[in-house]
Amino acid sequence: MVAKIVTANRLSDGLVVYLGDTGWTPDIHRARRADTPDAAEALLATGRTAVAANEVADAWLIDIDGHRALRRREHIRALGPTVRADLGYQARRDI
Amino acid sequence: MYRYDEFDEGFVKERVSQFRDQVRRRLAGEITEDEFKPLRLMNGLYLQLHAYMLRVAIPYGTLSAVQMRRLAHIARRYDKGYGHFTTRQNIQYNWPTLVDTPDILDALADVEMHALQTSGNCIRNVTADPYAGVARDEIEDPRIYAEIIRQWSTLHPEFSFLPRKFKIAITGAEPDRAAVKLHDIGIALVRNSAGQTGFRIDVGGGQGRTPIVAPTIREFLPKQDLLAYLEAVLRVYNMLGRRDNIYKARIKILVQSEGAERFAALVEEEFARLRGGALDLPAGEIWRIRAYFAPPQYERLRDDPPELTGARDADAEFAAWLHANVAAHKEPGYAIVNISLKPPGGIPGDASADEMDAVADLAERYSLSEIRVTHEQNLTLPYVRQRELFELWLSLKIHGLATANIGHAGDIIACPGLDYCALANARSIPVAQEIGKRFADLKRQHDIGPLTVNISGCINACGHHHVANIGILGVEKNGEEFYQITLGGRADERAAIGRIVGPAMSFDAVPDAVEKIVNVYLARRESAAEHFVTAYARLGEGPFKEALYAAR
Repeated sequence: MVAKIVTANRLSDGLVVYLGDTGWTPDIHRARRADTPDAAEALLATGRTAVAANEVADAWLIDIDGHRALRRREHIRALGPTVRADLGYQARRDI
Repeated sequence: MYRYDEFDEGFVKERVSQFRDQVRRRLAGEITEDEFKPLRLMNGLYLQLHAYMLRVAIPYGTLSAVQMRRLAHIARRYDKGYGHFTTRQNIQYNWPTLVDTPDILDALADVEMHALQTSGNCIRNVTADPYAGVARDEIEDPRIYAEIIRQWSTLHPEFSFLPRKFKIAITGAEPDRAAVKLHDIGIALVRNSAGQTGFRIDVGGGQGRTPIVAPTIREFLPKQDLLAYLEAVLRVYNMLGRRDNIYKARIKILVQSEGAERFAALVEEEFARLRGGALDLPAGEIWRIRAYFAPPQYERLRDDPPELTGARDADAEFAAWLHANVAAHKEPGYAIVNISLKPPGGIPGDASADEMDAVADLAERYSLSEIRVTHEQNLTLPYVRQRELFELWLSLKIHGLATANIGHAGDIIACPGLDYCALANARSIPVAQEIGKRFADLKRQHDIGPLTVNISGCINACGHHHVANIGILGVEKNGEEFYQITLGGRADERAAIGRIVGPAMSFDAVPDAVEKIVNVYLARRESAAEHFVTAYARLGEGPFKEALYAAR
């Protein structure tokens, strides 16, 4: 199975976040990986709990290879607009 | 310009305070996202790829310098220092927080602005000719009627939950600078054989996955019947439009399935019931609204003053800018100045807060404090004295806002695409940037002549690719971006949908392809006066197809 992580947009500011070991993180490198269908299901369930708790607006699974999101859309979400290197997480040195 | 009356002011402020409470309840967990989403959309707030996106209405594309300065302030204080002007004459902010949005809406309300009717299945903000009120070829200022339609449509209880969004555009001139035939309803001011002014009504145009040029269903509608007739159109649509399939829900699908004649007959039937009733538009009311759009006190000036002709003769770069970016004004001695937001390699439609402030300052100094937004994602100064054109151009140059490419290859319409938009399948902006760089030489652009190149990142066609002379549509195949090229579209009074020229190509191949198409046109046109679309119609797709695909 392709490894999966859970992503969402944070409710308060809409920014992209990933489900990590200690809650939501903007850093895709710190996302918790699921390598089996059961683990992915459990991860998504945790994400949905956060939706119900109004921490994030939605939560879904995405495919990753290492720490790179496989789909272009998700890769752009992880970094920021490809046309503005000064915006989004790609511009932050702390991530 | 239109000024809010007490009702408008109270209504907009009330709406902000309602939304503030809705946001509070959402953040407190009292309402779910499913409950909140329609509420935020009614206030222009979307959730996109990276963050929320706030779409602010600029009704019929008219802005004051004060309002533009406020847009700059919002960009600086609540966003990341820029905004994106859209093909519906609005502005979008890409990074507002939910928490800040009520404050942003309050800041807008303070300058008579809002984000109403910028989303949802309602009658959206009415767009208009950006040269409204100043065009030499105009019958009447269309913004008078755009404002009347705004007042009728805002919070119209019957039309707040339509099958789909509903877009109206209006022009007061025969040359169509508002793409009215690509709207759910397109309205054109016309004169009948008796010399009376009224409206031609086109219904069921649109782009998206089913591009259609709107058929005319009424050749002449008397002015007093405008609202009754529009209400009849909307009522027929609201009753018969499909709600089972989002892709079949726009009025264009209904008009096509019924046939334009039958649809027109249904509208006439409903119109007969409504005509002469509460929706009748009395001449007094038209005059009341017209007063808001009264022409300014023009100075008595002459065309071609020596300050202009001298500079034009002495400076070829200035002359080229005049040729491309300046349009004829109805008043002698005045000019309409277009400010291109498409520098080579730039992001089409984006303006930094500093640029917005600069345009506001220049509008105050040179254009009676008024600015227009065009559906091509540029800005317009409508009241510039010809004798001050050179001075204005020098100031625009200092701010990097004097790119002389309006209506030319570098003036590319592009949607935000996959760099920002949750619906997109492919990126649009970097493709536009590469093509813009490829055609950066302005002399070459002017030699090519008028040419529209538009790019959409998905079939929703926000980048108007269907109606471009050269249209580019981004698609996704097996995770890769591919681009499909259409030729021969146009968005003016002779609107036409472009035709797909061949198989889609990779991201890297697009600039070369556009160049090849342009080269075929240059080699085969009868003269420089033969427009690209005319040459394409005469030559057919063969030579273009051959240039693009033969060597493969």
